[in-house]
Amino acid sequence: MKHSISMTVNGKEYSGEVEPRVLLVHFIRDHLGLTGTHIGCDTTQCGACTILMDGAAIKSCTVFAVQAEGAQITTIEGMASNGELHPLQEGFHEEHGLQCGFCTPGMIMTSVELLNQNPNPTEAEIRHGLEGNYCRCTGYHNIVKAVQYAASKQA
Amino acid sequence: MGNLIGQSVKRVEDKRFITGKGNYVDDIKIPGMTYAQIVRSPYAHAKIVKVDTSKAEAHAGVVAVFTGKDFADAGIGGVPCGWQVDFKNGDTMREPPHPILVADKARHVGDGVAIVIAEDRYIAKDASELVEVEYEVLDAVTNPAEAIKEGAPLVHDDIPNNTSFDWELGDKVATDEAFENAHHITTLEFVNQRLIPNAIEPRSAIGLYNEATEEYTLYTSSQNPHLIRLLMCAFVLGIPEHKVRVVSPDVGGGFGSKIHHYTEEVLVIWCSKQINRPVKWTAERNESFMTDCHGRDHVTKAEMAFDEEGMLLGLRINTKANMGAYLSTFAPAVPTYLHGTLLQGLYTTPAIHIDLTAAFTHTNVVDAYRGAGRPEAAFLIERLMDTAAREMNMDPAELRRKNFIPPFDGVEQPGYQTQVALQYDSGNYEGVLNKALELADYKGLREEQKKAREEGRIMGIGFSTYVEACGIAPSALVGALGARAGLYEAANVRVEPTGKVTVFTGSHSHGQGHETTFAQIVADNFGIPLEDVKVVHGDTASVPFGMGTYGSRSLAVGGSAIMLSIEKIKAKGGRIAAHLLECSVDDLEFADGKWTVKGTDKSVGFGDVSLTAYVPHNYPDGEEPGLEFSSFYDPANFTFPFGAHIAVVEIDKETGKVELKRYIAVDDVGNVINPMIVDGQVHGGLAQGIGQALLEGAVYDEAGQLLTGSMLDYTMPRADDFPMFEVDRTVTPCPHNPLGVKGAGETGTIASTPAVVNAVIDALSPMGVKDIRMPMTPERVWKAMHQNGN
Ligand code: FES
Ligand code: FES
Repeated sequence: MKHSISMTVNGKEYSGEVEPRVLLVHFIRDHLGLTGTHIGCDTTQCGACTILMDGAAIKSCTVFAVQAEGAQITTIEGMASNGELHPLQEGFHEEHGLQCGFCTPGMIMTSVELLNQNPNPTEAEIRHGLEGNYCRCTGYHNIVKAVQYAASKQA
Repeated sequence: MGNLIGQSVKRVEDKRFITGKGNYVDDIKIPGMTYAQIVRSPYAHAKIVKVDTSKAEAHAGVVAVFTGKDFADAGIGGVPCGWQVDFKNGDTMREPPHPILVADKARHVGDGVAIVIAEDRYIAKDASELVEVEYEVLDAVTNPAEAIKEGAPLVHDDIPNNTSFDWELGDKVATDEAFENAHHITTLEFVNQRLIPNAIEPRSAIGLYNEATEEYTLYTSSQNPHLIRLLMCAFVLGIPEHKVRVVSPDVGGGFGSKIHHYTEEVLVIWCSKQINRPVKWTAERNESFMTDCHGRDHVTKAEMAFDEEGMLLGLRINTKANMGAYLSTFAPAVPTYLHGTLLQGLYTTPAIHIDLTAAFTHTNVVDAYRGAGRPEAAFLIERLMDTAAREMNMDPAELRRKNFIPPFDGVEQPGYQTQVALQYDSGNYEGVLNKALELADYKGLREEQKKAREEGRIMGIGFSTYVEACGIAPSALVGALGARAGLYEAANVRVEPTGKVTVFTGSHSHGQGHETTFAQIVADNFGIPLEDVKVVHGDTASVPFGMGTYGSRSLAVGGSAIMLSIEKIKAKGGRIAAHLLECSVDDLEFADGKWTVKGTDKSVGFGDVSLTAYVPHNYPDGEEPGLEFSSFYDPANFTFPFGAHIAVVEIDKETGKVELKRYIAVDDVGNVINPMIVDGQVHGGLAQGIGQALLEGAVYDEAGQLLTGSMLDYTMPRADDFPMFEVDRTVTPCPHNPLGVKGAGETGTIASTPAVVNAVIDALSPMGVKDIRMPMTPERVWKAMHQNGN
């Protein structure tokens, strides 16, 4: 049995028909074609699928699409505005905060919430805030610097 | 030369990744595409009595189901091994078939039994649960030292003692003699535990067959597209290589686990033809755990002999290496030619011998994982050095310094011939150690440690000085050592009519930043802006036959191939320029993107020469039009990076948790094209090596169940496990390649594991702790702290 759902993704209205078991991340990737949100695990461990739902960073592999009915969603594709990169996107580029890029969208979305809650975090607070996201490439060193870059830019 | 080489140029590939526009295999959607789910054995060792696919086939939305029998009936043997190591007595290694799907017996948890193909991934998964497999469960063996004993359950009925091969290297007689004459002998017995690579992008493959042209396309998350095509076409499916295109687009990390030719690549290609529709398979993370090639897994006894002055006399190693259930693509090379040959370390040890047995077990295959053999070598040498220093009451830095090979640049002084086959290219080992000691303020650290101990805090300092081998080569040598492939690299540099440049490289970037580093080299050499260069990789339809990226080979081998093409373009461009300027080639000099007649202001630019090459109206006689060259570079030798790392830890008295306080890494990777990217490679390598020391380890139980089969159970480092790393360098150029570069992808992993373990043991040595098994979890550390009645 399919359910109709509608939600706002990156400022645009979307609606579709999904089975109730369809994960939000599959809805975003397969139905909406927004493949910037990645899937790295089956156990809510890696954070590659992190998006913003009504302003909060969530792991979209652990939410059903039907639960996002009526929600405001932001994915990595919605971060730059009018061709201008978000300070976090800029920070990851400037500080070499990515290598293979697979964890990067999730890292950036998690960092949005981190900086929303704590605009001026210490290094330890950044590391703690990124605990839900795995990166296997960077050793996190430059990811921490990328978040620091964005924090000082937004200050 | 311009001014880009040596600069931390920001990466040109970043924009697509930070805006969500990367193109990984699972992002690709093809009209009519189907989705595959693989039914995998839940048992480590089981006879397959019966497979009933009827319910799955009848499920709405299922397109097809295939089993091991279908592959056996089609005469498809299995994926081949790419490296042959022979027994000590000359017998050929035992190389069992590695079936695409098993028909008779499952030999590890995760062995593929059937594939279900459906209209979407949910249906495929539902239907996969309807495939009924009757198993007869058999006893399993998972430890390589147990597997080779008489009476152990056999992985392959026709392979006695589960032994693929045995092997030795070095001078046994001289080594035994050195131990007889030794003043001091240090011995360690340990397990270099199995690791699971866990690139964050799960493996994925799409097979596409075009009935009209009889051509196939394979999209695969591989480090190595050409080799996959060759192996699959020539050794598995017998399909014509020129009718198969393999594309490895953006790949989300590899670390070795995406080098190898996997059964799933064959599955999607073969099935796409059977059903005449595209087939996509993407691993779930639990499949990554069960089937991505694992790393390490050595059971080792290591001994070092010293004279009374602390000079090394000998090194004797006995290792049982776990191959898993089959031989993966490069598996036999890892414990042998990438491990045994590195046992000289950076010391003058006069006598070395390794005795090794490679065993089959009922576990997933083991193959190259970041460092591949070299971390195992560095681990045993460096653990022995720190332990020996303690036993002989010497400073660990001084013991190392005493035994270092003296500096040699490979030009004025010859390369260093080791006791274990290799000849090092250049090295200045004391140089890196001195720099690391200074950066760490070693004296200050020891004072701090003394003070900490007085205050009852548990602090330790650990060393690791290493040399490693990158860019494994030359092809003739590796062929003699058993490689069934060449290890050169290819590049095509195409100057377009407008003077823009497209570079096609056989190297493959899955995070290494080739699109930037290679562009820096090309732009600098031609004196053109970075934006005028585009680097293409990962597509057999456009790139010349390349050998892919692994073993830190891309810059040293792939970059050198690009340099060869650059030189050919400069030479031809010079002839065209001479014609345009009506002078002789010898009168020209090329700088800043133009050819100038020496001593005049008469010049012609790179763009004008490019245009002339494609619009050859006013053109030298006999010169071919166009400005594009392919080159293949086969290096003269490996390259040998080296370094000195220092770890500082503090251990929580109550919980046994190890906190990494500082990590100092001084590496020498030869010349550096992009310091930012090299530092990033070091950081990532450190994370994986430190992960092995403190957190990571695959665990199979007695029955062969993988207990660490998810990210919940297998602990990888997170952001708060590390301090900021203190990374620095010395520069000793490689004498035998045009860029003078060595390789930076694996140094961090190779060096850091022993450095951290040494620091923990240093911290706990006052309590009489001599060794702790990796990963050094709080539980293990706490137990060690309390074992002596402390
Ligand atoms: S995909 Fe790993 S947390 Fe969602
Ligand atoms: S950049 Fe590759 S996983 Fe983070």
